Amino acid sequence: MQILVNGEPFATDARTLAELCTMLGFAQAKVATAVNGSFVASAKREATPLAPKDEVEIVAPRQGG
Amino acid sequence: MLDIYGELFKSRLLLGTAQYSSPATLRQAVEASSAEIVTVSLRRESARMRAGQGFWELIEDLGVRVLPNTAGCRTAKEAVATAEMARELFGTPWIKLEVIANDDTLQPELFGLVEAATALVAEGFKVLPYTTEDLSAAEKLAAAGCNVLMPWASPIGSARGLINRDGLKSLRAYFPETTLIVDAGIGAPSQAAEAMELGYDAVLLNTAVAKAGDPVKMAQAFASAIEAGRLGFEAGLIEPRDMASPSTPVAGTPFFKIDRVS
Repeated sequence: MQILVNGEPFATDARTLAELCTMLGFAQAKVATAVNGSFVASAKREATPLAPKDEVEIVAPRQGG
Repeated sequence: MLDIYGELFKSRLLLGTAQYSSPATLRQAVEASSAEIVTVSLRRESARMRAGQGFWELIEDLGVRVLPNTAGCRTAKEAVATAEMARELFGTPWIKLEVIANDDTLQPELFGLVEAATALVAEGFKVLPYTTEDLSAAEKLAAAGCNVLMPWASPIGSARGLINRDGLKSLRAYFPETTLIVDAGIGAPSQAAEAMELGYDAVLLNTAVAKAGDPVKMAQAFASAIEAGRLGFEAGLIEPRDMASPSTPVAGTPFFKIDRVS
């Protein structure tokens, strides 16, 4: 299915947010996630199914003012 | 001591971590500034670049407290979701809440700011809102549960200093017990000292240090200016006056003649 990851079109067969994070190599990384504009805690990624056209955000610490 | 939601800090300078020429310069500038709190953000992480992972190691190594921001958020909803991600990522309930109204001025969108602050306080966040000197917005933010307010001095990155000194003075007078931090628009150590002399509790800045010719030296300069300004405020400044007033005693002036006194 086709989803958006960080604003970019992305084809995946990941069934859950946790699977997607693992496929992208973020399983152990320091990242936080949101789906369709709402925060999804790391403990809830496994229980968060993905559907076509979902908009996933995966963010990490960055320099800020 | 600077009081942030009951936690006390010796340094009254909060330093941003963006725009430095290298991670080494960032590290040295933070150390030279004596800042105990630095601001950070969160951004989309690329699976290939993984830029955030290295940056986080550097910050952890500095051993300072982090204050994550919601920079770039345009709505209360975006800001709330960003704050929630930041709380998990950085392990802190502190959030520098930014809801931005306009790309040219980067001014706070005060209605969205109050809405987001209200929602986040209800979720247990300790909110440090980036606001203006507007008293009605400040009252609503304080009523929402913000114990810290962070009015701008002038637009972010503009280096123009305190463009509404009287407004900032009023805000200080209206909120004598609230921790007030001037955030944004400071370009020179003298401007930071001016904010401190007005009785502000701290100054938050980034660009003035990061983009200085020598960021490490500038970090030291700001640390000194902020300390000097604070001491000046605590000491009690004299009031300005229109006419001169001799500091040397007049009595006993040699060659004094009463008929020359105008």
